[in-house]
Amino acid sequence: MHVEEKLTAETFPAAPERATLEGKNKFLGFWLFLGGETVLFASLFATYLALKDKTNGGPSAEELFQMPVVFMATMLLLTSSLTSVYAIYHMKNFDFKKMQLWFGITVLLGAGFLGLEIYEFTEYVHEGHKFTTSAFASSFYTLVGTHGSHVAFGLLWILTLMIRNAKRGLDLYNAPKFYVASLYWHFIDVVWVFIFTVVYLMGMVG
Amino acid sequence: MKKGLRNWRLFSLFGMMALLLAGCGKPFLSTLQPAGEVADMQYSLMLLSTSIMVLVIIVVAIIFVYVVIRFRRRKGEENKIPKQVEGSHKLEIIWTVIPIILLLILAVPTVLATFKLADVKAMNVKKRDKDAVVVNVRANLYWWEFEYPDYGIITSQDLVVPTNEKVYFNLSASDVKHSFWIPAVGGKMDTNTDNKNQFWLVFDQKATDKAGGIFYGKCAELCGPSHALMDFKVRPLPRDQFDAWVKKMQNAKKPVVTDPVAKQGEAIFNKSCIGCHAVTPLDKRPAQARTAPNLANFGDRERIAGILEHNEENLKKWLRNPARVKPGNKMSGTYGHLTEEQIDALAKYLMSLKVE
Amino acid sequence: MSTITRKKGVGAVLWDYLTTVDHKKIAHLYLIAGGLFFLLGGLEALFIRIQLAKPNNDFLVGGLYNEVLTMHGTTMIFLAAMPLLFAFMNAVVPLQIGARDVAFPYLNALGFWMFFFGGLFLNCSWFLGGAPDAGWTSYASLSLASKAHHGIDFYTLGLQISGFGTIMGAVNFLVTIINMRAPGMTFMRMPMFTWATFVTSALILFAFPPLTVGLIFMMMDRLFGGNFFNPAAGGNTIIWEHLFWIFGHPEVYILILPSFGIFSEIFATFSRKRLFGYSSMVFATVLIAFFGFMVWAHHMFTVGMGPVANAIFAVATMAIAVPTGVKIFNWLFTMWGGSIKFTTPMYYAVAFIPSFVMGGVTGVMLSAAAADYQYHDSYFVVAHFHYVIVGGVVFALLAGAHYWWPKMFGRMLNETLGKISFWLFFIGFHLTFFIQHFLGLTGMPRRVFTYLPNQGWETGNLVSTIGAFFMAAATVILLINIVITTAKGEKVAGDAWGDGRTLEWAIASPPPVYNFAQTPLVRGLDAFWIEKMEGKKELTPAEPLGDIHMPNSSFLPFVTAFGLFVAAFGFTYHNDAQWGLPVGILGLLITFGSMFLRSVIDDHGFHIHKEEVLELEKKEANA
Repeated sequence: MHVEEKLTAETFPAAPERATLEGKNKFLGFWLFLGGETVLFASLFATYLALKDKTNGGPSAEELFQMPVVFMATMLLLTSSLTSVYAIYHMKNFDFKKMQLWFGITVLLGAGFLGLEIYEFTEYVHEGHKFTTSAFASSFYTLVGTHGSHVAFGLLWILTLMIRNAKRGLDLYNAPKFYVASLYWHFIDVVWVFIFTVVYLMGMVG
Repeated sequence: MKKGLRNWRLFSLFGMMALLLAGCGKPFLSTLQPAGEVADMQYSLMLLSTSIMVLVIIVVAIIFVYVVIRFRRRKGEENKIPKQVEGSHKLEIIWTVIPIILLLILAVPTVLATFKLADVKAMNVKKRDKDAVVVNVRANLYWWEFEYPDYGIITSQDLVVPTNEKVYFNLSASDVKHSFWIPAVGGKMDTNTDNKNQFWLVFDQKATDKAGGIFYGKCAELCGPSHALMDFKVRPLPRDQFDAWVKKMQNAKKPVVTDPVAKQGEAIFNKSCIGCHAVTPLDKRPAQARTAPNLANFGDRERIAGILEHNEENLKKWLRNPARVKPGNKMSGTYGHLTEEQIDALAKYLMSLKVE
Repeated sequence: MSTITRKKGVGAVLWDYLTTVDHKKIAHLYLIAGGLFFLLGGLEALFIRIQLAKPNNDFLVGGLYNEVLTMHGTTMIFLAAMPLLFAFMNAVVPLQIGARDVAFPYLNALGFWMFFFGGLFLNCSWFLGGAPDAGWTSYASLSLASKAHHGIDFYTLGLQISGFGTIMGAVNFLVTIINMRAPGMTFMRMPMFTWATFVTSALILFAFPPLTVGLIFMMMDRLFGGNFFNPAAGGNTIIWEHLFWIFGHPEVYILILPSFGIFSEIFATFSRKRLFGYSSMVFATVLIAFFGFMVWAHHMFTVGMGPVANAIFAVATMAIAVPTGVKIFNWLFTMWGGSIKFTTPMYYAVAFIPSFVMGGVTGVMLSAAAADYQYHDSYFVVAHFHYVIVGGVVFALLAGAHYWWPKMFGRMLNETLGKISFWLFFIGFHLTFFIQHFLGLTGMPRRVFTYLPNQGWETGNLVSTIGAFFMAAATVILLINIVITTAKGEKVAGDAWGDGRTLEWAIASPPPVYNFAQTPLVRGLDAFWIEKMEGKKELTPAEPLGDIHMPNSSFLPFVTAFGLFVAAFGFTYHNDAQWGLPVGILGLLITFGSMFLRSVIDDHGFHIHKEEVLELEKKEANA
């Protein structure tokens, strides 16, 4: 199948992300890249676990973390993962408008998450938990912040794709792009589940 | 390839000669002349592993030489197509299993020795045996401090220990990571900035005599510009002499200076140096405040600044410009300019600091 | 867009290389850049040896020596050995699997420019205060204490940038090898070098992120007030050591496995025999890579991890000797019964066996933890890893250069000069490093800028220095050889050595831009050899001749990497100067801007039409 071919719902393949060689390569390459990202986050987690009690006189995890905000952020991000599943579902059904709609919702939810995280960080700084306070603080901000910057990058990425392809509609050139962007979004979500458990839940239990 | 072979022979001849020249190193410095239980254990592991490995090398070398000579393409064989062999399960199993066996032979003593060398229980029991000698080693840019917590004395640069018994060490660093190594007596251990490491060594009396009474100690971890010059010396003594040395150190009072020039030096010292350097072995300040070597027995030391021969000339050289002797040291720039006269006086005073 | 190579002006050639996404040209770029860094690293090595030629020498003293030493190690590992291996991977792997290009040509170019600008940034430190001076391992307490200049910042930022490039290269090769193999090229028919590239890429993908994380921590600590490695604020420097070696040990295999791959090709080719025990070779490669991730702490036996950890890591390390031994014997038995032709690459390959075995056995010796307390950080270790990395990797690079030079450039390097340079290098290598085992055993610590007389080290050090000059002479002769060959070397046919076995030898030297006019059908291991044995001169095609799809050139990879180069300067100086932060942000904007452009501008590539292909092939046949 040719990349630029104009397709209809009938001719659109079942797995449009892997219908061309370029798509196949992108699909596989991105999974491999996520493998590398996993190791990156694993290293950040390991360091955080080693340093999480080294508060150097600053506030500890137990004193800092507030369940309501973190829980809300978690809900937003988990829901956004679900909405991106809907978007891909509609992509496979060649329903461009609905795909755009669900990706739009995904972006909004993601932005909400990011907003809450920024609010959370400013609160912490006010409570004397700065990046430079302690080894705990440095490792906390680096781990959660790296995730946060992934969220921000993912948002811009999906948004760029939506705008760039708004007039063009779906074809086999951009289907893999949407697909890997959603894959990235899921990955971010999975990492957050670990952050929520390891950093926040374990932190609040003490 | 004939030429190549001749070259090989020449080369190995040269190698052997160089080896002979190098010998087994100096008895005060070489791991190949072990001077205590730890070094002995490590030396026998070296011998064991070397002999296994030499066996491997011989096998490989025989096959190698045979193959390279026997199967080279000769004249008239330009179009020869050898049989395309896929492999041989039998052979492949042989060269998998035999190395595994060889490695097991090496692994067992390795594990045993590793655990034995890490056994420092005796220094950590609540009621430590009075005779067990413990030394706190603190590594600094670029000098060593040796504190004997049970005796309450501190010395620097020259480590004094009893022979023929286990000596236990607590190792730490005050600025960057260093590593504490007395090659002839045993393998090294890092002095970290984050935690305290512990290990033990034994200093053999006979080997000490052979080495001339002194072992060389080294810093084995890159620690800055003068890493190469961060040497220390070890003076192992028979137990009774060691006890006597400890007594003397414990009883050492503030030095009494009589020589008028040295007195002048003492005045300069008390003005410029005493903030960092202590002159009695009983330094009660906390470790962070002890930012320079203890000089109580400076006159008895083996070396100036750990490296230069111990005489007044070298001491003056050091005082004039420490950076020329040890680049990057922490003493440079901590005191103002000294006149030659002041340096003479200071040297005289420092050389008079003796405990023995 | 015409693809037929014509005589072009210098500017056009330069622009071509700045914008190329062709794996063969990217291979040239890696070869040139890696080669230059190799010369630089070699020069630094010579300086080191000159300083140590006699006791109390004052050629390079203290801090400056540490800078040279650090840059020698860092340059050789990150900027010379790996890029040179990448050069051969790029030049050869797509050809060996019968592909027209790599999976991500654009990413391939981006990876090169990232490496290049990372390396350039690192070396800029020489002119801006001072180079990094904490060793290539850059242990945290020392690097945080190194405050006289920005050397360590150049290290952390430069290696991060070049590390991104390396990871991109790895993903590219993995996908290329998985997705782009020609019909019939099953995994168990892939040439050994391709297998090695595949496994190595997986190693890179999983080993580089820990390094990146460590470098980020160090950057945070030094430039942004972080406390990861500051014990006073609860930090811990041992974390750096773990992260570094979790990367650092696999790194050794990242270097040596492709080298093994190169030698496997050479042994088979010049013995005229298929590789003995191919499947066990593949298995051994995978096993070495797997073990490679479980043994990092054997670099840290003296750190004080306790006897349990030390014992486990000791035994795990010994286990690696088994698959490595399997490889050595398989190579010996590849030659057994063969018809060995002693060309320059074969000289290096044959010399590699005893040299590498020496390095291997000292490796096993080092794995015995209790004994390692003696070897660790002494010249014994220096001797060991130079035996492995020079006797293994550098020999492989030199062998590979001579072996694939005709394929890459269409001209044969001079064999006489090649052999002279081999003997000089071989003798020099052993002269330099053999004696260092004994220096270490007799108590000489590594990384010392000088030593005092009367410690028994004078002769050994002098011999070692003399050896280094032999290697330098060998390198000079190699350079002369390259110049002469480029000027008037003998042009070669596709199967330049006459004994080629794998697909790359079935096409013209240098290959046309599309590699294979028709994708070949692979009918077994050593696909080209099989065809030759059946009396054919060409491969069996798997498809009719048709239009060939090619990727477009682009200047964006260069700009993307350049942005990070600019950003790195900004962030390095953001605490000292007003302009720091804005420049840093500007650099990031350049990078993200060009990523954005790449995303929104469609790139469908172009087609070389059937007629054009036919014409090119005809020309080639007549040449």
